[in-house]
Amino acid sequence: MQLSELETNKIRNDFPILTRKINGKPFVYLDNASTTQKPSSVINKIVNYYSYYNSNIHRAVYDIAEEATNAYELTRQKVCKFINANSPQEIIFTRNATEAINLVSYSWGRKNIKKGDVIILSEQEHHSNIVPWQILAKEKNAEIKYLKIGETGNLNLNELEAYLDDNKNIKLISLCHMSNALGNIIPIDKIIDMAHTYSIPVLVDGAQSVPHLTTDVTALDCDFLAFSAHKMLGPTGVGILYGKKNLLQEMDPFICGGDMIKEVHKENTFFNDLPYKFEAGTPNIADVIGFSSALDYLNEIGMDNIRNHEIELTKYALEKMSELKQIKVYGDTNLVNRGGIISFNLGDIHPHDLATILNEHSIAIRSGHHCAQVLMEKLDVSATSRVSFYIYNTKDEINIFISALGEAIKLFQL
Amino acid sequence: MSDDIYREIILDHYRNPRNKGKIDNADVVIHDSNPLCGDQIDIYLKVVEGQIKDIKFDGKGCAISQASASMLTEMVMDKPLTNAKDISKDEVLENIGLTNLGPARIKCALLSLKVLKMGMVKYYSDKEPNTAEKMEKDSHLF
Repeated sequence: MQLSELETNKIRNDFPILTRKINGKPFVYLDNASTTQKPSSVINKIVNYYSYYNSNIHRAVYDIAEEATNAYELTRQKVCKFINANSPQEIIFTRNATEAINLVSYSWGRKNIKKGDVIILSEQEHHSNIVPWQILAKEKNAEIKYLKIGETGNLNLNELEAYLDDNKNIKLISLCHMSNALGNIIPIDKIIDMAHTYSIPVLVDGAQSVPHLTTDVTALDCDFLAFSAHKMLGPTGVGILYGKKNLLQEMDPFICGGDMIKEVHKENTFFNDLPYKFEAGTPNIADVIGFSSALDYLNEIGMDNIRNHEIELTKYALEKMSELKQIKVYGDTNLVNRGGIISFNLGDIHPHDLATILNEHSIAIRSGHHCAQVLMEKLDVSATSRVSFYIYNTKDEINIFISALGEAIKLFQL
Repeated sequence: MSDDIYREIILDHYRNPRNKGKIDNADVVIHDSNPLCGDQIDIYLKVVEGQIKDIKFDGKGCAISQASASMLTEMVMDKPLTNAKDISKDEVLENIGLTNLGPARIKCALLSLKVLKMGMVKYYSDKEPNTAEKMEKDSHLF
C-alpha cells in the first residue's frame, strides 16, 4: 500500500514548519537523516506538560508528579511495543543514540573487552559508532577491524564470515543498520545470526533505520539497539538504548547520581533496578513525554507505508538525478538495499557551494562529511551532498530540487 | 544571493587559482582545516628581510575557501609579513566582495587568513618568541 498524494497533503498540514517560506519560496526540507520536523501533536504535548503538570518524576507523592511519572513511563511502554522488546525494563532513555552507544562501550565494554580482543565495525559507521570503540580499544589494547564497502557500494558478508572463521578474539560487532551517509541498508538479520553462531553479541546502531523501517528486536535477536527520537518526529534530547535484560543486569552503571540508586551509605551504594540503574539524575521529562506523540503518529501511518513512500520517492529522485550527466551517486546500486538517503556529487562543485545555491531556492540539504570521515576517505572525497526523505516529502519537492541542480550546473558552467 | 556569492571573480579564482602550489625550502609551512566543512589550506611562505617574497597555498575545499585563499596571496605578496596581524576579517571579506555571508560560510572565507596569521606567528616564534606571543594576541586568531 502506498501513501497517496492526498494523504501526504494531509500529513503536511500537521507540520507547522512546512508552511514557511524562505527567500520567498516554499520551504523544501530534504535533511531528514539529520533531524526530522515535528508535528503539532508532539509540540503540543510538550507545551501541555510544561503548562499543566510540570513536576519531577519518580519521587513526589502529589497528583501532578504522578501524572508526569505516568506519562514518562507510558512512553517507555510505547517504545517497548514499537520495537517489540520483551519488557520496558529493557528500554533506557539517554540523550541521543550517541550516548546510548557510549553507555554500552563504557559499561559493557570496560567489563568485557580485554587485551587482544577484536571489535568489528564497518567503513560506513557514523563517528558515534567509531570513536567510543577507539577509545575503549586504546585503553584495553584491543583491536578494531572495519568491514569494507565493496563493489556493490555496501558490505560483503563473505568478509565478515572470513573474520568470524579466522578470529577467536572477536568480542563484539557494532554496525549501523542503515548508513547515515549513503542510505545503505545491511542484512542485519543475517549478520546477527552469523555472530550468534560464534556467541558474539551485536549492537545495532538504529539511528537511521528505526525511523524508517519496521524494527522487531525480538525477531532480530540483536543484543543492543541505539536510536534517537529526533530523527523520528520526536524532540531532540531523547535517545533510546535497548539491551537484552541479562546483559543490562550484568553491566555497571554509566552515569551515577540520583534515581539510579536504591540505597546510598557512606561506604557503599546499592543500585536501582533496570532500567533506572542507567538513568541518573532528572531526565528529559518533557521531551520523553513528547516522544510518545511521535510514536502515536508513526503508528497511525504505519511503518510499512512509510517505507513504501520512501522507496517511491528515492526511486523517483534517483531516476531524475541520473538524467544529469554531471552527477555521481554513492551507495548501494540495488534500490532494495537503500533507505531514503541519497549522497552525491555534482561535477566538481563543492557540496558546501551546492548547499548554499540550493538554499537560495529554499531547499535544505546537507553537505559535508556527515560525521563519517572513515567512509569519505574510502570514497576518496572530502565531502558529499546528501538529500534524505521522510513522510511529508513529495515528488513535487524532488522536481524543485532537480531544477535547482540544473541552475547550479549553469552557474558553475559544468 | 547565490548569484552574488558565486560572482565571476570568485569562480575565476576557484577555477584558476593564483599562487597555488608548494614552495620548496619555504621558511614556514602551516596547515589548518575547517572541521565543519572539511576545507583545508596549507600556506607556504618565503620571507626575506621581513618581506613576503613568495607565498603559495595548497588546499581543497569549496569555491569560497579556495578563491579567498587565492585572493589573499595576491593581497599580501611582497608586503611585510607583520602586516598579516593587522588584516581584519572585514578587509578580507571586502577584498573578495562577500560581505553578507552567513555564519556557516564565513569560516570558509576566513580560513586562509587564519592560516596566514598562524604562519606569521610560527615564523616569529622561532626567532623572537616574545614578539610572536604578542603578535598572536594582536592578530585576533579566531
